[in-house]
Amino acid sequence: MTTSRVWKLGADVDTDALAPGVYMKNGIDVIAPHCLEAVRPDFADGVRAGDVLVAGPNFGIGSSREQAAGVLVHLGVRAVIAPSFSGLFFRNAFNLGLLLLTCPEAERLQDGDAVTLLPVGVQRGDGILLACQPIPDFLMNMIHAGGLMNVLKQRSQGKSHA
Amino acid sequence: MTHASSSAELPQTLAQKLIARAAGLPHVSVGEVVTCQVDLAMFHDSSGPRRLKPMLDDLGAQIWDPSKVVLVMDHYVPAQDADSRRIVQIARDAAREWRLPNVIDSEGICHVVLPERGHLHPGMMCVGGDSHSPTGGAFGTYMFGIGATEMLGVVVTGEIWLQVPRTLRMQWAGQLARGVCAKDMMLFMIARFGMNGGQYQAVEFAGEAVMALGMQERMTLSNMSAEMGAQAGLVAADDITCEYLRAVGVSEDALRKAHDWHSDPGADCEDFQFDAAGLSPQVAAPHSPANTRAVGDYADVTLDVAFIGACTGAKLEDLRAAAQVLRGHRVAQGVRLLVAPASARDQAQAEREGVMQVLRDAGAQVLPNSCGACAGYGATFEEGARVISSTARNFKGRMGPASVQVYLASPWTVAASALRGRISDVRELL
Repeated sequence: MTTSRVWKLGADVDTDALAPGVYMKNGIDVIAPHCLEAVRPDFADGVRAGDVLVAGPNFGIGSSREQAAGVLVHLGVRAVIAPSFSGLFFRNAFNLGLLLLTCPEAERLQDGDAVTLLPVGVQRGDGILLACQPIPDFLMNMIHAGGLMNVLKQRSQGKSHA
Repeated sequence: MTHASSSAELPQTLAQKLIARAAGLPHVSVGEVVTCQVDLAMFHDSSGPRRLKPMLDDLGAQIWDPSKVVLVMDHYVPAQDADSRRIVQIARDAAREWRLPNVIDSEGICHVVLPERGHLHPGMMCVGGDSHSPTGGAFGTYMFGIGATEMLGVVVTGEIWLQVPRTLRMQWAGQLARGVCAKDMMLFMIARFGMNGGQYQAVEFAGEAVMALGMQERMTLSNMSAEMGAQAGLVAADDITCEYLRAVGVSEDALRKAHDWHSDPGADCEDFQFDAAGLSPQVAAPHSPANTRAVGDYADVTLDVAFIGACTGAKLEDLRAAAQVLRGHRVAQGVRLLVAPASARDQAQAEREGVMQVLRDAGAQVLPNSCGACAGYGATFEEGARVISSTARNFKGRMGPASVQVYLASPWTVAASALRGRISDVRELL
């Protein structure tokens, strides 16, 4: 089972921090290097594919801009683990194929920890398992498909073959 | 097993009624996931065509019903640079290619022009490609914000999924003092519940202080439901709603059942009580709308800029409020007063009433009818500026460099503070 490295953030990480407005004219490749620069300047340069973000409550509050989730996908972030998320960000993330794990005890994870994502929760290196809220099947299907766009493609192909 | 037979007697919240209608069900339960038919999809130059068109083309799909789509150019207008021009051009080209009958180009901010043009009425299910889309809830409409990919799903299928929310009902008793308004109510509630205190549920605003408000003030409540983390911010339709909608050309047919859109007595709400009479003007200090206290706590804060702008804080009623404070005065030396009326129609009406002249005489620089500095996409404030603003968000770095200090307040408080050059209690000036 592969492990993921933890980047730990505080509470109330907003969409302007994830995708700053001043770069919003541009594509995701231009926004991504500025992801979280106001709160965690070493993140965009240092993140590796398969890493996870761990944050405090209310991750993703603010704008409807889905680039806030899109940059994390672009940077290869495997999942965001937090006690709570903005509802709008939550929808955007799954629509773009980004897994969000609602984990009441997320604060027990530390920066630099190596964690394993299991169907029932997040396991720390010392074996302690932090439970996460279950995700409805239709949202997990969206993750497996790689986002809503692919679901719509599958559906339209299904129709044309029918 | 079916509960259709008993559904008529089952008391429902306004949110449940609106969702049940859109889902074609007699009744919905809190927590249930349902698929709703969408009556209207609104998007703008930033969230709309530039994101949707490549995806639509990739899918080889068509817009399900162009008559149910409203496109508003408000974020990148007037275009300040080549990138903005390109984005706005994509929107204009798409409007032609998709044969959209409802396009509002550079005439105001989407959440304000949508009802102003008669696109909303009680009972509808609407989505918007912008987080302040709950504004539509002021009209007894279920409206919420979604991202661009989800909007693609809507414009291809005409449907959206929704988990039926609980209703948090904010009951405001009594009467607001002069100079205290909907913005103060919202900042107060956001401070109490927090930025995500709405937990993506439906907030309903009720009580005599709410129902005494005009439509644009109710829109301010619904608008900032976003800052509470609610999915929707609803106000039951009443005579004031119908009067506004008639004036903007909504048909009698669409208003026939307007008064049905309210929560039933005994519906399952979580109720919270507030006293309007005891409410002071509120100010949210940097860098969160939840960082709110009564205005007196910030009396020593001096200012460089006073900004009256955005869907939240520059509608006709907001401009009138500012003018009542500024009439016959000039802003303090060293303070720049910027006014970006939320729509061209609101500005024209303010012009007819003499409100714009009062603002200009006070020293206001009048900016275009667009999101402008509020969205942080274009012109923003300079390094270290101390700003008092009638907008909705004061996140670090949103309206300029991280050193910019933005205080959020009502248009009354922004105007009073502009006059004195420091954060001030408007009640001392009225």
